[in-house]
Amino acid sequence: MLTLKQGRQLQTVLLGTLAWLVALTIFFPIFWMILTSFKTEIDAFATPPQLFFTPTLENYLHIDARSDYFHFAWNSVVVSFGSTLLGMLLAVPAAYSMAFFETKRTKSTLLWMLSTKMLPPVGVLVPIYLIFKDFGLLDTKFGLVLIYTLINLPIMVWMVYTYFKEIPKDILEAARLDGATALQEIYRVLLPISKGGLASTVLLSLILSWNEAFWSLNLTASSAAPLTALVASYSSPEGLFWAKLSAVSTLACAPILIFGWLSQKQLVRGLSFGAVK
Amino acid sequence: MSDLTIRNLKKSFEDIHIIKGIDLDIKDHEFVVFVGPSGCGKSTLLRLIAGLEEVTSGSIQLDERDITDVAPAKRDLAMVFQSYALYPHMTVRKNMSFALDLAGIDKAEIQRKVEDAAKVLELGPLLERKPKALSGGQRQRVAIGRSIVRNPKIFLFDEPLSNLDAALRVLMRLELARLHKELNATMIYVTHDQVEAMTLADKVVVLNAGRVEQVGSPLELYHHPVNQFVAGFIGTPKMAFLKGTVKAVSNAGVTVALDCGPHYQLPHQSTSLKPGDDITFGIRPENIEVVAADQSPFKVRLDVTEHLGADTYCYIKLANGEMMTVRAPGDFMADYGQNAGLLPDLSQAHLFDASGKTIPRPRPPAQAA
Ligand SMILES: Nc1ncnc2c1ncn2[C@@H]1O[C@H](COP(=O)(O)OP(=O)(O)OP(=O)(O)O)[C@@H](O)[C@H]1O
Ligand SMILES: [Mg+2]
Repeated sequence: MLTLKQGRQLQTVLLGTLAWLVALTIFFPIFWMILTSFKTEIDAFATPPQLFFTPTLENYLHIDARSDYFHFAWNSVVVSFGSTLLGMLLAVPAAYSMAFFETKRTKSTLLWMLSTKMLPPVGVLVPIYLIFKDFGLLDTKFGLVLIYTLINLPIMVWMVYTYFKEIPKDILEAARLDGATALQEIYRVLLPISKGGLASTVLLSLILSWNEAFWSLNLTASSAAPLTALVASYSSPEGLFWAKLSAVSTLACAPILIFGWLSQKQLVRGLSFGAVK
Repeated sequence: MSDLTIRNLKKSFEDIHIIKGIDLDIKDHEFVVFVGPSGCGKSTLLRLIAGLEEVTSGSIQLDERDITDVAPAKRDLAMVFQSYALYPHMTVRKNMSFALDLAGIDKAEIQRKVEDAAKVLELGPLLERKPKALSGGQRQRVAIGRSIVRNPKIFLFDEPLSNLDAALRVLMRLELARLHKELNATMIYVTHDQVEAMTLADKVVVLNAGRVEQVGSPLELYHHPVNQFVAGFIGTPKMAFLKGTVKAVSNAGVTVALDCGPHYQLPHQSTSLKPGDDITFGIRPENIEVVAADQSPFKVRLDVTEHLGADTYCYIKLANGEMMTVRAPGDFMADYGQNAGLLPDLSQAHLFDASGKTIPRPRPPAQAA
């Protein structure tokens, strides 16, 4: 028989191992991608796959010569930050009214908003494409900002709502009695109190927008194309060049990976939807 | 000046009527306490006054001004919440200056007002701390300080002491009473603790199920409750209620036969009672004496006795199974299950008719309110 203490230690070890296994499984493709990006095309194709090889920068030099990385990266930055900003400007007031002025329909509105995320995007591709065409939004950064805002808004509202729900109503009422207008109440009391949660929401929105590929591929051609479109452009025309594809993918992921790494703590909080207090 | 006038105030949440028509006058400098059982609508009434809830119908007037539909910020009232509701991201100083800041008052003036309030409440050393780093009592004081600096027309308190431990509650109660005198302010205070109500109030408003049962000074309510609800709500231990029947009604008073045995002739005057009517006889624990079994026609059996030091609470079982409490002197000794007699002070007895309404008793000149 195990003692209580031994049992607990065993549990810790098992859980730890499991966590590492899951983490490694998730990380492996990224690791392999980065590794492949430093191989020659021959090494990249080798069977069995090679773990040890002579690293080369030729893929990166090739990409630098063929495409204007910073053009795409700048588009990604503008579109991610733009849609996040616009999304927050809409999500905060929406969540404020739902969290603090709840009506009978609030819960169903929230569910309905979330349910739009269950619609397969391709189902609305044609109408949205046509609308974009008619309004001259095709291949514009503004168009992408709009579409990203729309697809991320439900989850942003939901997250901000969850954070606001944790804030006692009394505090806002106290501010109201202290003479604060609705805007002052939001800017001077609500936002500072929930800044942790808001930061997580911003981060998540940035990451989702950065990684979005379906709409960027379908609605942009070149001038507004973000990094995801750049990656895609390496996959088709000249057959499959694994090493170059890996290099461009690495370049596309790198900024957001670094960003995510730096803001790990906020992210964890954000993704656990406020469960960790 | 700050006279508050409430007329036929009603509030429903969806279809549920919570406040069912309240009329109330609160005068300048008064300390008014709302008491009542949980869920009777005390907080709702206070929030209606504060403007945090929308009125369904009726009116609220502050001095000459109708504030029924005025935004809370424009009412010139300050509220202290049960949860304190301090701004967690601001220091004590910022918490206290927030309202003045919003009002655009001069920085030096704000500084002076905050320091003044901090002195009154002994918050000086805590001014740069965040609420997280304060004890419950200190947070409470900050919440009060936050309302003092604004010099509002009326202070509203919603059970401000209920999150404090017993000793601190007594201390803060005294502090509030002192503050009321010093600021000479109008205060409305919600509590379900009737000791707080009795000790703090100039005027107590007893609420029940969204209606005012009685308004009066603490002693008025204690000695002359208008109905059985108020009689039972005010005073601890509770007034004993004994069921009985009217035997005779005359100019000299009412004769009642209690279900537990004794007959009493009481000085109460009634024109509505008839012999045979059901009646409730009420007597406060301190208006009964426990005597030997052969010295009174009111024969009982003693249950548990509790010695509190100054007083002894005797729980008593009556012949018909009813229970009651008697407050005896601190040195009173008795055995569990012992037989005894009771001698109620009939001049202090209360009578309630079948609907619970008080049958008025003659007021001795000294007690007249
Ligand atoms: N926003 C609301 N929506 C629906 N019902 C409400 C709302 N606020 C209060 N109520 C109901 O109104 C009634 C009175 O509530 P209120 O908070 O005024 O009671 P209270 O007298 O302050 O009680 P307590 O002593 O427990 O604080 C309760 O039955 C409560 O459920
Ligand atoms: Mg309440």
